[in-house]
Amino acid sequence: MKKLSKEKIPERLIDDNGIRLDGRRPEELRPTKLQVGILENADGSAYIEQGKNKIMVGVYGPREIHPKHMVLADRAAIRCRYRMAPFSTEERKNPAPSRREIEISKVIRESLEPSVMSEYYPRTVIDVFIEALQCDGGTRCAGIVAASLALADAGISMKELVSACSAGKVDGQIVLDLFDLEDKYGQADLPVAMMPNLNAVTLIQMDGNLSRQEFEKALEMAMEGCRQIRNLQAEALKKRYQTRLEVEKPEGVSEGAK
Amino acid sequence: MSTTPQGPFGARLERSSILELASRNRRLDGRGLTDYREIKIETGVVEKASGSAQVTLGKTKILAGIKLEAGTPFPDTPNEGVLTVNAELTPLAYPTFELGPPGENAIELARIVDRNLRESKAIDTAKLCIEPGKQVFVAFVDIDVLDHDGNLIDASTYAALSALMTSKMQNYKVKDGKIVYQEGFQRLPLNNYPVPVTFAKIGKTLMVDPCLAEEDAMSTRLTVGIEKDDAICAMQKGGMGELDSNEVKAAVDLAINKSRIIRTLIMETAK
Repeated sequence: MKKLSKEKIPERLIDDNGIRLDGRRPEELRPTKLQVGILENADGSAYIEQGKNKIMVGVYGPREIHPKHMVLADRAAIRCRYRMAPFSTEERKNPAPSRREIEISKVIRESLEPSVMSEYYPRTVIDVFIEALQCDGGTRCAGIVAASLALADAGISMKELVSACSAGKVDGQIVLDLFDLEDKYGQADLPVAMMPNLNAVTLIQMDGNLSRQEFEKALEMAMEGCRQIRNLQAEALKKRYQTRLEVEKPEGVSEGAK
Repeated sequence: MSTTPQGPFGARLERSSILELASRNRRLDGRGLTDYREIKIETGVVEKASGSAQVTLGKTKILAGIKLEAGTPFPDTPNEGVLTVNAELTPLAYPTFELGPPGENAIELARIVDRNLRESKAIDTAKLCIEPGKQVFVAFVDIDVLDHDGNLIDASTYAALSALMTSKMQNYKVKDGKIVYQEGFQRLPLNNYPVPVTFAKIGKTLMVDPCLAEEDAMSTRLTVGIEKDDAICAMQKGGMGELDSNEVKAAVDLAINKSRIIRTLIMETAK
């Protein structure tokens, strides 16, 4: 299929002053906005905007599992779908699940598993639906950040929030939080998810070319990015439940947790 | 949709003894933590394929076959051949492997092999161009898992690499935009030789090349792909557990050392 809108291949991704194409310094995150509790029907939900990324996550559960043969006797099953909307990219994405989406659904689920205290909810399922509405690089990380918030919003017991961020190599430099062009034309991408307060890495993938030293630098940088995002996640959760208390208290509404 | 799998399936006693042994840095089959099982590579096992290799890693048996066919290039890389990797967990390899389209495990396996080959630029895709923008060779790498005893990722990548290394391209000419094949063959041009090293975390212990019983007992899996100049080209964590950053760094260091030995073995066998 021919491209309708030809994107220009940039000659350089970082200028002489060390400023990236979108104006960031190497160790700077994209502007990130997090919102918790944005959907009416879902038990928990969250929304993330990170640069041009826009991702919505809904969580249902713990609820009865279907089909029944998937039941786990001693814990909840976690079910996860990462999906890119057909209009989320430059060229239309075929709505059928791609191999990439199937793999990402798996690694995201595995990145959330260690945080959820699933043994509290035996014989149930916790569904995590991640809809990437606009994609501009690093959507698996942004999806994890929002998914972890949505799980917390659903009131599911967790050991710690999962934060995620990628680092990589662009024009030979190690940089934080790659966006689409840097991912495409850079030399390496290293997405990392972790539970920052437990120093536990729950997702790590890499593609490209990194020396041993570069890898160590990128890993440290990605982990630092996770810690920054962990703070934003905590703020977003606080904001959600603070405003609710303020609104509900004066009117004396004694509605239980939603 | 990806769902928490059922399992573990292995015998509980075996699993607890693997865990207990791991806490003392020992393994069920007597291997050290950094020992691979015996790796056997046989190339040219399927004559009709452009290249093929059967790898046995302990009791794991993988057959990889290469087919080169003319196709169209991607619009953003008009001068480069195309690499396509597929993996089948065939039902003859294990009792719970079922018929049907590839599931998430087969897809993940294929994509990790693909990542190793693609990111290290193993195949010199520029030399697979027939007519820029119109025709290129597509290298189909197909992996058949024949017997499953753990560590399919490493065994499959070694098989794919060995098969590529021994692949032949038939000589050809382009006449009026059509390919006319001629006498004689040339080698498929390769640039790099990526070697993944896979670790299992059992209890708090990391070990390489887990067998099936060890995969059943592991919490976390980590694969580190290393290319010929010791750079890292691919990585994938799997499983429902976690790693700390020191474990990741230790795994990378060990993978660099281990990959050199395994690469030498592959280069000597698949000539």
